[in-house]
Amino acid sequence: MTITSRIDRRFSDLKAEGRGALVTFITAGDPNLDISFEILKSLPKNGADVIELGMPFSDPMADGPAIQLASERALAGGQTMAKTLDMVRRFREDDDDTPLVLMGYYNPIYHYGPEQFVKDAKTAGVDGLIVVDVPPEADEELCLPAIQAGLNFIRLATPTTDDERLPKVLENTSGFLYYVSVTGITGVNAPDIADVLQNVARIKTKTSLPVAVGFGVKSAEQVRAIVSGTDEIAGADAVVVGSAIVRTIEENLDEQGQPKSELVETVNKLISELASGIRT
Amino acid sequence: MTTANSLMNGPDDRGHFGKYGGRFVAETLMPLILELEQAYDEANQDPEFQKELNYLLTHYAGRPSALYHAERLSEHLGGAKIYFKRDELNHTGSHKINNCLGQILLAKRMGKTRIIAETGAGQHGVAVATVAARFNLPCTVFMGATDVERQSPNVFRMKLLGAEIRPVTSGRGTLKDAMNEALRDWVTNVDDTFYIIGTAAGPHPYPAMVRDFQSVIGREVREQMMEAEGRLPDSLVACIGGGSNAIGLFHPFLDDRDVDIYGVEAAGRGLEGNEHAASLNGGEPGVLHGNRTYLLQDDDGQILEGHSISAGLDYPGIGPEHAWLKDIGRVNYVSATDVEALDAFKMCSKLEGIIPALEPSHALAYVKQLAPTLPKDHLLVMNLCGRGDKDVFSVAEHLGVEM
Repeated sequence: MTITSRIDRRFSDLKAEGRGALVTFITAGDPNLDISFEILKSLPKNGADVIELGMPFSDPMADGPAIQLASERALAGGQTMAKTLDMVRRFREDDDDTPLVLMGYYNPIYHYGPEQFVKDAKTAGVDGLIVVDVPPEADEELCLPAIQAGLNFIRLATPTTDDERLPKVLENTSGFLYYVSVTGITGVNAPDIADVLQNVARIKTKTSLPVAVGFGVKSAEQVRAIVSGTDEIAGADAVVVGSAIVRTIEENLDEQGQPKSELVETVNKLISELASGIRT
Repeated sequence: MTTANSLMNGPDDRGHFGKYGGRFVAETLMPLILELEQAYDEANQDPEFQKELNYLLTHYAGRPSALYHAERLSEHLGGAKIYFKRDELNHTGSHKINNCLGQILLAKRMGKTRIIAETGAGQHGVAVATVAARFNLPCTVFMGATDVERQSPNVFRMKLLGAEIRPVTSGRGTLKDAMNEALRDWVTNVDDTFYIIGTAAGPHPYPAMVRDFQSVIGREVREQMMEAEGRLPDSLVACIGGGSNAIGLFHPFLDDRDVDIYGVEAAGRGLEGNEHAASLNGGEPGVLHGNRTYLLQDDDGQILEGHSISAGLDYPGIGPEHAWLKDIGRVNYVSATDVEALDAFKMCSKLEGIIPALEPSHALAYVKQLAPTLPKDHLLVMNLCGRGDKDVFSVAEHLGVEM
């Protein structure tokens, strides 16, 4: 790939530093726009190296209960695609370094108009897209326009992506590759670390892209185990934590669904705690 | 019949009907649906598979279903000569069994050992539970929690047949959420599980596969009408939720351009508001559940809930082949409201001694408008795709009758 993006820079800096990256996911507008923006701004300070910002969708088929509920909260609060892009634009006013990737499903983008969307996302300061339900078989839909607009298109490889299929998944992927550590949905089953490391090693024989591991990672120990690897086998370049963060948001809402005063602080603490897993 | 300009050639090898259809699924499922496509192609070429399916359709499901001249209804409406395709007489009480027999044979052939399905009103769920019992495979049916409450007789039937019912509370707890949950299960249990989708929607090859298994309806109508009248019908009418009974009736006639075709959507409380399930007449193209098609959605691309008196029609999407047939104008997509369907339900029960399901009552509501405008020698076939036993409680409630 010829694009040198914030994502590429971040991974190459971290490589020089000799540590892995913490990728954190939150849903835009969860639990409301203001708090969500406050959390977003605090992520880098607390140790997030890459940000995944979820575009809420009414029917998140690949997500578990935690992220589904986050989407519902955001939509109930009136979150829209325009507001999500505006959050990114405001985030960029103070932070020009932290890579930010939008993650979500295709329909809201399709409805917005893919060509216009990739243009507006780029202008807002988005670096990459992860769109769960657009496989490589449909690259002309969104992946190619995104690349054209100067965005990284980050694809997911899964335990069902065998060696025969892997080149297809890698073909137009840039920035990093997201390895889904379990067959299943987000935030439910814990990954089998030994199995994950073997798959990451397998993938790394086919690509020089950084590999991030996600789905079901919730603790600093898991983060550490995945980026550190073992004596025999190298670790992954990055770890993604999502459901554990949005679950913390959920746990810090009162009975009316309003954020408690300590919500942002509690999320910040969790991020720092997770970040400690890659800094030791 | 596969001439170059035939309308029956679709989809293309990537599952497209025009711009609709396709395969919009998460990577975990991609290898599975590619495997399914290959297995289905092979089964299609295998005479043994067809032979076993035909045997079951005849001796287990009770096909062919009758083509019945609804004489009193025709007389009452005073126009077209109306025929009912009696798919409500099938085993399990609807057309759903046609597709389930096909898919369970495919599951068996692929060595899958567990069956999952989604259901709305429970007709598809019952048909899946039935074939799973017949083939001794464990079966889990996802059903919106709201529907579990509304459709308790079907829930009990499924349990009797040995299926496990998982009430779905995520989202708004209806059919589309049940489908989301079934997809979540499938992505988690990729090794042993076969997902029997009930309508002609979902990622390729489902829309084509379900259509093929349901096309037995239209093929029988061709033969039966030739026998009864010595010619093809002049028009076809079927109700549309996801559109499986309709595509089954329509598909074998798509190239017979003299045959007028009508698909009837559920207009609920009227198309002007948001309380309907008419994706073609009130929705816009979008991507959901693996395919591009017309969807009920808001200005930001969020999916809206459908509403219909019939729990089998309140799905916010529609099979992609219907979306294409609408755009090219081959099929006329019209609609009927809750009230019109209820009237048709009562009329059919009294005039013909047949209690129809609320789904085909929508088709009948349109026949009620259409037939009087047509001459007496006009042959009209309506697919009576399900029987109304399951609906008597909810109809009683709507009519203010205490049972």
